[in-house]
Amino acid sequence: MDIAQAPPLSAPMDIAFDYTRSLGPVLGRFMTGLRDRRVYGGRTSDGRVHVPPLEYDPLTHAPVTDLVEVSPTGTVVSWSWMSRPLEGQPLDLPFGWALIRLDGADTALLHAVDAGDPGRMRTGMRVRIRWAAEPVGHIRDIACFEPGDTPFSASPAAAASTPVTTMTTPIRLHYRHTTSAEESRYLRALAEGRLLGQRCPVCRKVYVPPRVCPADGVPPDEEVAVADRGTVTTFCVVNVPFAGQRLDPPYVVAQVLLDGADIPLPHLIVGCPAEEVRMGMRVAAVWREPERWSTTPENIAHFAPAGEPDAPYESYADHL
Amino acid sequence: MNRRVAVIGFAQSPCLSEAGTTSGVETLVPVLRDALAGAGLHRREVDFWCSGSSDYLAGRAFSFVNAVDAIGAFPPICESHVEMDAAWAFYEAYVKILAGEAETALVYGFGKSSAGRLRRVLALQLDPYATAPLWPDSVSIAALQARLALDAGILSERDMAEVAVRSRADAATNPYAQVAGETTAERLLAEPYLADPLRVHDCAPVGDGAAALVLAADDRARRQHERPAWITGAAHRIDPQTLGERDLTAVPSATAAAAAAELPADLDAAELHAPFTHQELLLRTALGLGDGVRINPSGGALCGNPMFSAGLNRIGAAATLVMSGQAGRVAAHATSGPALQQNLVCVLEAGR
Repeated sequence: MDIAQAPPLSAPMDIAFDYTRSLGPVLGRFMTGLRDRRVYGGRTSDGRVHVPPLEYDPLTHAPVTDLVEVSPTGTVVSWSWMSRPLEGQPLDLPFGWALIRLDGADTALLHAVDAGDPGRMRTGMRVRIRWAAEPVGHIRDIACFEPGDTPFSASPAAAASTPVTTMTTPIRLHYRHTTSAEESRYLRALAEGRLLGQRCPVCRKVYVPPRVCPADGVPPDEEVAVADRGTVTTFCVVNVPFAGQRLDPPYVVAQVLLDGADIPLPHLIVGCPAEEVRMGMRVAAVWREPERWSTTPENIAHFAPAGEPDAPYESYADHL
Repeated sequence: MNRRVAVIGFAQSPCLSEAGTTSGVETLVPVLRDALAGAGLHRREVDFWCSGSSDYLAGRAFSFVNAVDAIGAFPPICESHVEMDAAWAFYEAYVKILAGEAETALVYGFGKSSAGRLRRVLALQLDPYATAPLWPDSVSIAALQARLALDAGILSERDMAEVAVRSRADAATNPYAQVAGETTAERLLAEPYLADPLRVHDCAPVGDGAAALVLAADDRARRQHERPAWITGAAHRIDPQTLGERDLTAVPSATAAAAAAELPADLDAAELHAPFTHQELLLRTALGLGDGVRINPSGGALCGNPMFSAGLNRIGAAATLVMSGQAGRVAAHATSGPALQQNLVCVLEAGR
């Protein structure tokens, strides 16, 4: 394939994080209530009951302390139909989204209604909470709402006296990451075992990997082959273990100024004790076996001492 | 201090269903170049840079840092970022110039909505305790708002379809629009619901894009442009985040912003940031716009809604009407958050 003409590379990218949140005095009581299959609203100075409760009174700005139990049944104030539910939503079969004013509350709560068919949904319809089988103190303890005017019968929640103080919400997002045309040329050259620099048309600096020139704000245009050896400009010794770490600490991450390039490339230095790595040290790329090459900087396993005399400081002083 | 600030340049990329890299840098390069050329300003003459974008849209932390390459941040520059539509970056830059800390500013916004699933990603702007863990998507939330307005008799599904018809017809002359063309309300109303009571035509398309706007103060604005669009009012306000806490049909924060910006009644045109048809109708009432005000001559966000620059686009489109001599007094509106939660209003005028 002609590298210059090929479309930009793209790949799926999934990110996930379990957000653990402290609840505080008001939401803590609200979530504790849900765990015990009870819904609490917060009463503000005007006598209105808010579900979910507010932490501060919007009129007086005082903390809300008056929590009152409301009914697990209520009325649909507004609704929409979700014919193809998305990942993470309360139900995986078609359902209604609704704003629901629970009996005893003055504000509406957003949740899902398991109505089966959009023809059953209407403004003013009566619904009741369907409790999750194993409540933990989370908004998802309300599995969903269902049509009905009498409370859902659930076995009494197991007696638990410990207040709920935190909640964990897993977040999963999916993307397709797409490179720029310049990045694609660089990555495709890597798959052939070449390091490709690209030159800024204004300041003539060679960037590896390529980027829009941060001094001139223009994309690089001219391709320049750069060497797979260079000079350590600066480095750090990693002593801290962390999740996903591939090497045992201590190890060295360095900025390597490749011969022919104007900005250094971050990479690992392996092949000598960490304490021997120094500014000006000459290093050479250690490539993985060619049959494992793909469009990734990981084709270079690491850099190792090249056995050459150190470069003079002046040769890299402008690239720190 | 009686400093006056004007818009002196604007440029945008076409809104595309899928465009360019995830970083947005490459999309921004020509947009920044065109905005500066329109303002007759060199990059090095910009005192303050401010951008709007979102890490959740890009799927990574500090995603705006990449884009800084496009503005040429070496040697060091004065730069800031808002995790909102760039209309709020515009407000920051406007205040910076009013305060005398800059004479010129460039505001830009960018986003690649197509990289993820937009209606799902936007669930993460909701209250993280009782709402976001249910993953209610942005289209469903807009549908709940539309239903409230329909039930209250404020508008009808035909009114909504007519907004789409007018917007698409206006977008036919806008080369940056993603959706455009002649159609009829009858044809649109025959389509199935996407999220009852919303159909596809009621919702802005998902699109990628970028925009840039140049601001300058007083004499500098006059020197740079023969018809600067003077900002004679600007304000933004916010409503409670929890959907059940507010009257979703009234948009009180838009009304409050319009009052604070002293929005005049005798406007030639208004660019409203309404990603859903019913929201344009609610905003017209909330802002008190009469029948004489031409709404969204660009086709509006319904015909191209590049996230994090669509609001800035409204200001740019309104300013362009003034700078090109097509209008004397216009308004621009931008929104952010679920169901018109946050609203910004500004007034732009020719002359002084």
